[in-house]
Amino acid sequence: MTDFLHPGLVLIAAGLVLTLLRGRARTVLTLLAPAGAVAIVLAMPEQVLWQGTFLGYSVTPFAVDKLSRLFALIFSLMAFGGGLFALRQANRAELPAAFVYAGSAIGVTLAGDLLTVFVFWELMAVGSTLVIWSAGTRTAYRASMRYAMVHLLGGVVLMAGIVGHVATTGSTVFERIALDSPAHWLILAGFLINAGAPPFSAWLPDAYPEASWSGTVFLSAFTTKTAVYVLLRGFPGTEILVYIGLVMVFYGIVYALLENDMRRILAYSIVNQVGFMLVGIGTQMALNGAAAHAFTHILYKALLLMSAGAVLYETGNRKCTDLGGLFRTMPLTMVCGTIGALSISAFPLTSGFVSKSMVAQAALDGHLEIVWLLLAAASAGVFLHAGIKFPWFVFFQKDSGLRPPDPPWSQRLAMLFFAALCIGLGIFYEPLYRRLPFPVDYVPYTGAHVVGMLQLLLFSGLAFFVMLPLLKRTLTITLDTDWIYRRLGPALISALEYVIVTVDRAVRSATLATTRAGVRIAGLALGEHGRRARAPTTATMVMWIAVLLTLYLLVYFASRR
Amino acid sequence: MKTHWLVRPRTIRLLWMVFIIVLAATVGAEFFVHEPTHEGIGGSFGFGAWFGFGACAVLILVAKGLAVFIKRPDNYYNVRDD
Repeated sequence: MTDFLHPGLVLIAAGLVLTLLRGRARTVLTLLAPAGAVAIVLAMPEQVLWQGTFLGYSVTPFAVDKLSRLFALIFSLMAFGGGLFALRQANRAELPAAFVYAGSAIGVTLAGDLLTVFVFWELMAVGSTLVIWSAGTRTAYRASMRYAMVHLLGGVVLMAGIVGHVATTGSTVFERIALDSPAHWLILAGFLINAGAPPFSAWLPDAYPEASWSGTVFLSAFTTKTAVYVLLRGFPGTEILVYIGLVMVFYGIVYALLENDMRRILAYSIVNQVGFMLVGIGTQMALNGAAAHAFTHILYKALLLMSAGAVLYETGNRKCTDLGGLFRTMPLTMVCGTIGALSISAFPLTSGFVSKSMVAQAALDGHLEIVWLLLAAASAGVFLHAGIKFPWFVFFQKDSGLRPPDPPWSQRLAMLFFAALCIGLGIFYEPLYRRLPFPVDYVPYTGAHVVGMLQLLLFSGLAFFVMLPLLKRTLTITLDTDWIYRRLGPALISALEYVIVTVDRAVRSATLATTRAGVRIAGLALGEHGRRARAPTTATMVMWIAVLLTLYLLVYFASRR
Repeated sequence: MKTHWLVRPRTIRLLWMVFIIVLAATVGAEFFVHEPTHEGIGGSFGFGAWFGFGACAVLILVAKGLAVFIKRPDNYYNVRDD
């Protein structure tokens, strides 16, 4: 034990205390607890800080290295920004749940053993489900239940893998895991379910947009990025992640292009961005890129969802078909949302540019020409679906007639803070590069790179406006794999029920008919008026006795022979 | 209600002109910064420009094609869920 408090537990404890507080005390703790966590994360030394034994296994609930510090830092910064943004949230359960959720995410990043990872992993599922639940609508409740099911399944898969791993190796240490046994594949699968990898990607756009205007901001940050963190630590250089990542990248773009709900657009784009990070789990350069991209992504995605949350808070609308023209009265929200949109698109001078280019450069250095081309196409696609589509349909497009004001100061301040970080990291990227797990030998701002990126993005913009008629929003959703458990599964159960009922009914009626017929036939013979029921005549008796005597004689002679 | 200056046809025409000039400038800039960092088509002239436009066009068409099969009214789930 050392003098350092565990920053995750600080946030969890603060979350529990917040349930009791109101008014100014609540505001103070909401801002102070994450700020304290940031301070601890910056000060904690890179070593094992807490160690012990649990059920005979050695556990390390608090261990620090460069990678865990980077993720713990962005998670606590996120808790601060999210808390500031959520100050006006009327629901008193959401913020405590969000702090428990954020604290558990930090707990995973500081865990040195798999048991601790698992405990915080499950606590995250509970916290995030409660955040969605806090929205208080029936739709949100149902979405939170589906969300919980998927994550409990993921938890069971992960636990099975961990149990198998500990049983064969005897070690609980969380280090690099080779894909050489079923248990290790299960661990990978458990991690990937939380990352939003196919075929389980649908939980994310299904659940996150149903949370409140402030809840979605928290949700966007922790679950998927914690999954990226554990993949970075446990499975670096695993080739299959490149292909899974590429599928996620294009899945996110295509679905976001078809989507009408502004927050679902951004949810699909989370899957897209996590895809970029998975592609980057390879060489040291790529691992740096993936870690940096997770860091910058949390900031600009939160910023995007804050601006969407502000629009939802002021108008109550989420659909692009109902929105438009809001730039007139929500200029600050528009500017901040656009900064988020430019950052996610990796525009030069924004945070996305300095992180995403590392992933692409790593692909190029590894002579993965096809991967590099696909990443370039995907970068164009990101600008298309998030970079232009989101601000265009929400703030410009047609005049919806809505004239909402910019949101209250707490939300404006949170947006300005994150917008400043997005631009700041795009220009002064050294502090970020210095905190990456491996030494960085990369300069993002070269003439060719900047010009190439500007061409790619601006011509994507041209494609957007040229093909705008094809992108016109309609009141539609796009079927995803959640259809399997929301429609196909129930339909199969109904079909099975129908088959069982029909067969059961047929068997019952056949049995009944057979029994009835048997009773009738028996009745004919044995019933009151049946043949057997009549009294036999003397002649019959004499005849049967004669038959018996004859038989007896025959048997007698036969036995004498 | 007065039309906002940003949505007047004149402004929009002007914005298009500025946009096209900027597009041309980014391609033109390649004459000054061209560094042979890429092999293959990644190093071809104006790669970002034609590839970006082409990639977006393909993505939009793929999305529209897919939509034919998997697009549903947005109350598809609500009919029974709520």
